[in-house]
Amino acid sequence: MSNKINIAIVGGGLAGLAAAMKIAEAGHNVDLFSVVPVKRSHSVCAQGGINGAVNTKGEGDSPWKHFDDTVYGGDFLADQEPVRRMTDMAPAIIHLFDRMGVPFSRTKEGLLDFRRFGGTLHHRTAFAGASTGQQLLYALDEQVRKYESEGSVRKFEGWEMLSLVMDDHGVCRGIVAMDLQTLELKAFEADAVIMASGGPGLIYGKSTNSQVCTGSAVSACYQQGARYANGEFIQVHPTSIPGEDKLRLMSESARGEGGRVWVPKTQGDERDPQNIPESERWYFLEDKYPAYGNLVPRDIATREIFQTCLDGYGVKGENQVYLDLSHIPAETLDRKLGAILEIYEMFIGDDPRQVPMRIFPGVHYSMGGLWVDFEQRTNIPGLFAAGECDFSIHGANRLGANSLLSCVYGGFTAAPSALEYVANVERGDSGTNGIYDAELKKQKEINDQIVHSNGSENQYKIHEEMGKLMTENVTVIRYNDRLQETDNKLLELIDRFQNISINDSNLWATQAVPHARQLWNMLQLARVITLGALNRNESRGAHFKPEFPDRNDDEWLKTTVAEYSEEAPVLSYEQVDVSHIEPRLRDYSKSSKKAD
Amino acid sequence: MSSKNGTKVRLDAPPDKLRVRIRRREKTDSPQYDEVFEIPYRRNLNVISVLMDIRKNPVTADGKETTPPVWDMNCLEQVCGICTMVINGRVRQSCSALIDDLLVESGGNEIRLEPMSKFPNVRDLKVDRSPMFDHLKKVHAWVELDGYHDLGAGPHTSQSMQAERYAYSRCMTCGCCLEACPQYFEDNYIGPQAIGQVRLFNMHPTGQMDREERLDAMMDDDGIANCGNSQNCVQVCPMNIPLTRAIYETNREVTVHGLFGWLKK
Ligand SMILES: Cc1cc2nc3c(=O)[nH]c(=O)nc-3n(C[C@H](O)[C@H](O)[C@H](O)COP(=O)(O)OP(=O)(O)OC[C@H]3O[C@@H](n4cnc5c(N)ncnc54)[C@H](O)[C@@H]3O)c2cc1C
Ligand code: SF4
Ligand code: SF4
Ligand code: FES
Repeated sequence: MSNKINIAIVGGGLAGLAAAMKIAEAGHNVDLFSVVPVKRSHSVCAQGGINGAVNTKGEGDSPWKHFDDTVYGGDFLADQEPVRRMTDMAPAIIHLFDRMGVPFSRTKEGLLDFRRFGGTLHHRTAFAGASTGQQLLYALDEQVRKYESEGSVRKFEGWEMLSLVMDDHGVCRGIVAMDLQTLELKAFEADAVIMASGGPGLIYGKSTNSQVCTGSAVSACYQQGARYANGEFIQVHPTSIPGEDKLRLMSESARGEGGRVWVPKTQGDERDPQNIPESERWYFLEDKYPAYGNLVPRDIATREIFQTCLDGYGVKGENQVYLDLSHIPAETLDRKLGAILEIYEMFIGDDPRQVPMRIFPGVHYSMGGLWVDFEQRTNIPGLFAAGECDFSIHGANRLGANSLLSCVYGGFTAAPSALEYVANVERGDSGTNGIYDAELKKQKEINDQIVHSNGSENQYKIHEEMGKLMTENVTVIRYNDRLQETDNKLLELIDRFQNISINDSNLWATQAVPHARQLWNMLQLARVITLGALNRNESRGAHFKPEFPDRNDDEWLKTTVAEYSEEAPVLSYEQVDVSHIEPRLRDYSKSSKKAD
Repeated sequence: MSSKNGTKVRLDAPPDKLRVRIRRREKTDSPQYDEVFEIPYRRNLNVISVLMDIRKNPVTADGKETTPPVWDMNCLEQVCGICTMVINGRVRQSCSALIDDLLVESGGNEIRLEPMSKFPNVRDLKVDRSPMFDHLKKVHAWVELDGYHDLGAGPHTSQSMQAERYAYSRCMTCGCCLEACPQYFEDNYIGPQAIGQVRLFNMHPTGQMDREERLDAMMDDDGIANCGNSQNCVQVCPMNIPLTRAIYETNREVTVHGLFGWLKK
C-alpha cells in the first residue's frame, strides 16, 4: 500500500471539481461521486458571472470593498473571516480560470471584461457570454479529466451517495452509495469525505434549480449527526418563468428596459391579456411605489408579487403575474433583450413582443447548509463541505455572481484542509471493525423496505404537496401560525410517506427507489427550514415576518444551528463572527439594485 | 420551433387528449416495444412535463397498468445535454421540445419518443453516452498548466478569438451530432463532437502546445478521415457549433501534420 491519501468527494459541480483537482495536484487520490455525469451538474445553469475585484476599470475597486458589499448584502449574518479570505482569493481564481482556457468576454485590449451586478457599484463580474457557469464548470471538468486519465481520480457517475460510514468514535470513514442503474449498494472507504452536493431547491417542488438539486445528500449527513445551519434563509428571485416542469430565470433587465408588471383587476379573469382593456389592469408596483415603479429593489418586488397572488389576483387564478413588454417596439426589444426573449419563446412558446410574459418569484438558492468552520470542516471529524451545500459566506442574502466564487473558494479550501486532517490524524483500524458491512446492511434494509412497500400513497403526489406547502408558507412572507401549521403538515406527509408503494416493478435503472429515498430526506430538511423560520422572530435578508418587520441584532445576530433528533430538529444559536466590520443597518431604498 | 415570418404558428385547435408513443426497453439487452399513453392536453407542455405526468400514474391508453418510463433530465433549460432523445424522428433535447410546436409540425395529436440509437440503450429513453467523455480523454481536451497556484493573468486574447472559441466551448456533449452522422456507428469513428473540441484547444495559446498529441489522435483509424462530409452534424447541433468548419480546419492541420510530422521525430 502506498501512503497516498484517498478522499471521497460527493458532487461534481464547481465545488466538488475544484476540490478534486487540488487533491489530485497534491498527488493524492480522489473517488468522485455524482448522480449525473459531472459535466451535466447544476452549475452549468449559471449565466451571469463570477465576482472578483480585479479592478481593471480604474474604479478603485478592491477585495476589501468586495468583502464589505458581500457582508452588507448578507445583512451581517455571515461569519466575516471566510468572506474576507474568499474576496482576497477571488482575483486569483478568475485568473486561474482564464489560464485554464475559459473564453471570458474580453475588452478591446484583450483583457478580461467585467460587468456590473447587484449590490455593488463596481464592475466586478467576469463573464463568458451568457453562460458563465457552463464555461467555468467545463474548465474544471477538463482539468479533472486529465487526472482521471492519469488514474488519480476515479469517477463514479450515476452513483448516488446514501449515507456516511461512521466509526465507533464518531469519525467519518467513508460513504455508502447506490449504482443508479443496477441499484447495487456499495461501501467506499475514505480517509476523509467532502460534501459538494449543491442546493435543495427541489424541496419546493418547482424552483430555478436542476432536477438533482434535492439536498438529499446533506440531509442524510444531518440525520447522521452533522449540524445544519441557517436553513431558513432561502433566496427567492422576483422574476422567473413558471413552467409545467420548472421555473426558469427571467432577467431583471426586462424591467430595466421598461417592462411593466400587472394583473387583471378582477380576480380569476379568464380573458387573454390582449383582450383586457387598460382600465381593467392593475399595475400594482407602479401603484404602490410611484417613485421606483417596476424597478423597486429585488426583495420588495418579490414580496409584492407574492402577496398579490396570495390575495387571489394571480392571472387566471394561478400563481403568476404579467411582465409586459408588448408596448415597446419589437425592434427595440430585439436589440436590447433578444437573448432572454428567445428563452421565453423557446420554453413558453409565446412571443413576448406581442403577449405579456407570465412570471412569478422562484425559489433560487439556499444560503443555509451544512455548518462548517473557517476551514470547511463540519462538526463530524473527517467530514468536510463546500459549495451551495455549506452555510458559509452569504449570510441572510446572497449577492448575484458570488455563488460560483464561493463554490470554487470552498473547494479550494476544503481540499488542503481535508489533506491536513488526514496527515495529522491517527489512521488505524481502531473502531472500524465491521462498520462498512453494518452501514451497508442498514442501507440495504431501507431499500428493501421501499421496494416491498405496497401502501396506497403516491410518492410523486407527496412531493408535489410538499413543494406547494413549502412554496406557500416558507418563502417570501412568513407567519408564525402558518409555519407551525406547515410543520404539522410535514409531519402528516412523513406519516403518509410510510404508506407509499413504488409504482415500478422493474428495478433496473428505476427512478422510483432513488426518488423515494430523496423524498424522505427532503421532508426532513423541509422541517429544518420551516422550524428555523418559525423560531427566528425578526426580519433579516430573505427572511421576512410581517409580525416582526425589523432586523433585531440584539437577539438575532446569530447563526441558527439544527441538530437531528427523531421528534424534531433541535435548534441552538451561535455567535456570528463580526471581527472585521461593525454591523450597520442595510438601506438600499435610495438606489435600486440591479440583478442577474 | 415552428414559425412563419418570425411569428409563431399557434396551435389553434388543440386536441382534448395528447397521445404519446414511447419506444420502451426493460433492460439493456431485452427487446424494444412501443407503448402508447394518453394525457389530457394542456397549454405549455413540454416533453419532460408530459413524461412527468405519465410517470406519476403509468397507465397506457388502453387502460393497462405498466411501469413508468425512464429517461434522463437535469437542467431543463437546454444547457446540460442530458435529456436528449429522438422526438418525432428528430434528435433533440426533450426539455426544450414543446408539445404545441410538435403538434403544429406533425398536424396530428400524437408524439413519438425514442431513445438515441447510436449509444447503448440502458432502459426506455435512457442511453449511456460515456463513449463521448472517453473521446475527450483521447483528444487531450484540456489545457496543461504548471500548477493551480497564482501565476497572474492568462494570455491576452482578442475579442474575435474569444468569440470563436466561445462558440466551440458551448458543446454540451449531448450527442445529437453523433446520432445524425451517417459515419458514426458504435464508436468506429471519433465523430464531430471531439473534432470541435480539438479545434477549441488547438486555438488556445497554451492549449496549442499539445497540438501534436491531438492531431495524432485525429490520425488514428477512428480519426477524422472517416468523415464523409455529409454535414448532417451541423444541422442538428442545438448549440449551433460550427462543426463543418472545425472539420475543415482540423483536416488541414492533420494533413500538414501528417506530411511533416514525421520529420520532427
Ligand atoms: C438559473 C440559475 C442561475 C444562476 N446564476 C448564477 C450566476 O450567474 N452567478 C453565480 O455566482 N451563481 C449563480 N447561480 C447559483 C450557482 O449556480 C449555484 O449555487 C452553484 O452552481 C452550485 O454549485 P455546487 O458545486 O455547489 O453544486 P452543483 O453544481 O449543484 O453540483 C452538485 C453536484 O452534486 C452531485 N450530487 C448531489 N447529490 C448527490 C448524491 N446524493 N450523491 C452523489 N452526487 C450527488 C450532483 O450530481 C452534482 O454533481 C445560479 C443558479 C441558478 C439556479
Ligand atoms: S460532416 Fe462528417 S462528421 Fe458531420 S455528419 Fe457528415 S460525416 Fe458525420
Ligand atoms: S457538437 Fe453540438 S450536437 Fe454535438 S455534442 Fe456538442 S452540442 Fe451536441
Ligand atoms: S435537461 Fe438539460 S438539456 Fe434538457
